[in-house]
Amino acid sequence: MTRPSRLTLMLAGLIMVASIPGILLGETVFDMAQTSQAFVEPGSGPAEVLWQVRAPRVATALMVGVALGLSGAVMQGLLRNPLADPGVLGISASAALAAAAAIVLGAAAAPGAVEIAALVGAGLAGSLLILFSTRVRSPEALILFGVAVSSFAGAATALIFNLSPSPIATAEVMGWLLGSVQNRSWVDVAWVTPAVLVAGALAVLAAPGLRMLSLGEETAGTSGLPMARLRLLALAATALATGAAVAVAGVIGFVGLAAPHLVRSAVRGDPGRLLLPSALAGGLMLVVADLLARMTPTDQELKLGVFTALVGAPLFALIAWRAAREWRL
Amino acid sequence: MTAFLTMWDADASLGGRAVLDGTDVLVEAGELVAVVGPNGAGKSSLIRAFAGLLPLSGGVVRLQGDDVTTLSLRARAARVAYLPQEGRIAWNLPAIEVAALGAPFLSGADAMSAARTALEEVEAGHLADRGVAEMSGGERARVLLARALTTGAQALLADEPTAGLDPEAQLMVMERLRARAAAGQAVLVSLHDLALAARFADRIVVLDAGRVVADAAPLAALTPEVMAGTFGLAARWIDGPDGPLLSSGRYSIGSPTGA
Repeated sequence: MTRPSRLTLMLAGLIMVASIPGILLGETVFDMAQTSQAFVEPGSGPAEVLWQVRAPRVATALMVGVALGLSGAVMQGLLRNPLADPGVLGISASAALAAAAAIVLGAAAAPGAVEIAALVGAGLAGSLLILFSTRVRSPEALILFGVAVSSFAGAATALIFNLSPSPIATAEVMGWLLGSVQNRSWVDVAWVTPAVLVAGALAVLAAPGLRMLSLGEETAGTSGLPMARLRLLALAATALATGAAVAVAGVIGFVGLAAPHLVRSAVRGDPGRLLLPSALAGGLMLVVADLLARMTPTDQELKLGVFTALVGAPLFALIAWRAAREWRL
Repeated sequence: MTAFLTMWDADASLGGRAVLDGTDVLVEAGELVAVVGPNGAGKSSLIRAFAGLLPLSGGVVRLQGDDVTTLSLRARAARVAYLPQEGRIAWNLPAIEVAALGAPFLSGADAMSAARTALEEVEAGHLADRGVAEMSGGERARVLLARALTTGAQALLADEPTAGLDPEAQLMVMERLRARAAAGQAVLVSLHDLALAARFADRIVVLDAGRVVADAAPLAALTPEVMAGTFGLAARWIDGPDGPLLSSGRYSIGSPTGA
C-alpha cells in the first residue's frame, strides 16, 4: 500500500476512535447502566444526550474540520504558499461579518438566516477573489488582496459592535466569532455535509491544476492544462467549504493553516494528493479539540475557536519554524 | 518549407517600454538558435511570446504555421515546451514527480516512465526519488530541464537555462539541447554567455531594445561592430580547441581595452 493511502486509512481510523469518547463523554456523566441504556432504549434520557446532543456535535466538528482542512490545502496549493488559508484570504472574516450583520439586524430569530448570511458572505468574498484572480495572475497580489478583504471585514465587524445598540446582540455576535459546535443538531449536519462533499468534489477536479502550479504560473500556463478553469474550481471549492464551516460553527482559525502541514511530508509535497489527508487531518483535529475543550474544567465551556487558537498557534509557529529551516530555496 | 517557429514583425511592451519592436525570428526544426543581448534587450519577452505568454500589440507568432493565439492550450503545449528562467518549485516534490508534470495528459505509469527517461537524459536518474528542496541549484535545474523534455513537444523554448549553473552543468545543459536539435526539434534558447552561444548555436539572434541587430551564424552575428554597439565590449574571437573563444574587455573612456 502506498504511503498516502495508508495515511488516509490511519486518519479515518483515528477519527472513529476519537469519536467514541466524543459521544460517551461530556458535562453530564453517565454510569455504565445509563450508558448501556442509551444503546438499547431509544427515547431514554441518556439516549437523547448521546444521540441527539453529543453525536451531532461530534459530526459537526468533524465536517467543519474536514471543510477547513480541505480549504487550507486548496488555498496553499493554489497560491503556492504554505501560509495561505481561508482566514488569510478573508473568506472566513467575510462570512463572519455577514453573520454578525444578520444577528444585529435581528435575523437570528429566523431559522437558518444566520447560516445563510455566512454562506453568502463567504460566497461574496470568494467571488471577489475569483474576479480579482481572473485579472491579476500573481499569487502574491491575490494574498495581498485577501488580506485587504480580511482587514475590511474585520473592521466592519468591529463597526457593528461599535454601533450595536443591543448588548444582547453584541454578546451573540461575540459568541459566533469565537467559534463553537455546541448545541448543533442533526439538521446542521444534514446541510453542512453535502456542502462539504460538493466542495471536496470540486477540489478533486482542480487537483491536477494545483499539482501543476507547484512549478509556477508560467509553466502551468504553458502545460496545456486549462488553468483558468481549474483555478476557478479551486476557489469555488474553498468558498463553499469555508462558508459552510463558518455558517455552522462560526470562526475557527488555525485548522486550515495547520492541517496541510501535518500531512504534507507524507504525500511528499504533492498538493493534489494532499487534499484528502488534509481534510481528514482537519476533521480529526476538530473532533479531538472539541472533546478537549468540553472536558476542560472551566465554569464557562471553552469555545472551540478559542481552544484551537490557543493550542494551535504555538504549534503552528513551531511547524513554520521547522519548515523554514528545511526550506532554503 | 515554413519554419517551425516564426515571429513576424512583433511588437510588445512592458510598462511602457518596448520589449519587442518589429522583431522577426525564425527557427527551423533541427536547429538550435540562441538569443543574446544585454539585460532588458527583450530576450525573455521573445521566448515568452513564442510560449504564448506575452500578448503582442502587433505582428504574429506562429507555431508550425498556426497563430499561437488561435491554438488551444493543449495544442500549443504539444508544439512548444517552455523552460522559464525562474526555477522555484513550491513544494518538496520528488524529482521524478516534477519531471512527470511534463506529461499531464499521459496515464500515471506512462508519465513516470517518460519522466525517468528524461531524468536519465540529463544525468539525474539517481536523483529521481530525492525531494527538490534537498537539491543544489544545479541539480534542480537538471530536473526542470527533464520536465521540459518529458513534454515531448516538438520545440523547446529555454530562457537562460544555464544561469546560475556551474561550468560543467552549463555544458551538460547545452549538450542536451544540442542533442534535441540534432534529433529534429526546434530549440530556441536565450543566453547571456556569448561564448556558450557561439559554441553551441547554429545561429545567433542579437537583440537590442527589442530589435534584431544581427541574425546569422555565430561568428557572423557577433562581429566586432555588434559587440561594440550592442554590448559595449571591445572583443574579438580567437580559435580555441573546442570552438571559438571570446577575448573581450569593456570600452573605457578613450580606448578599447583587453581586445
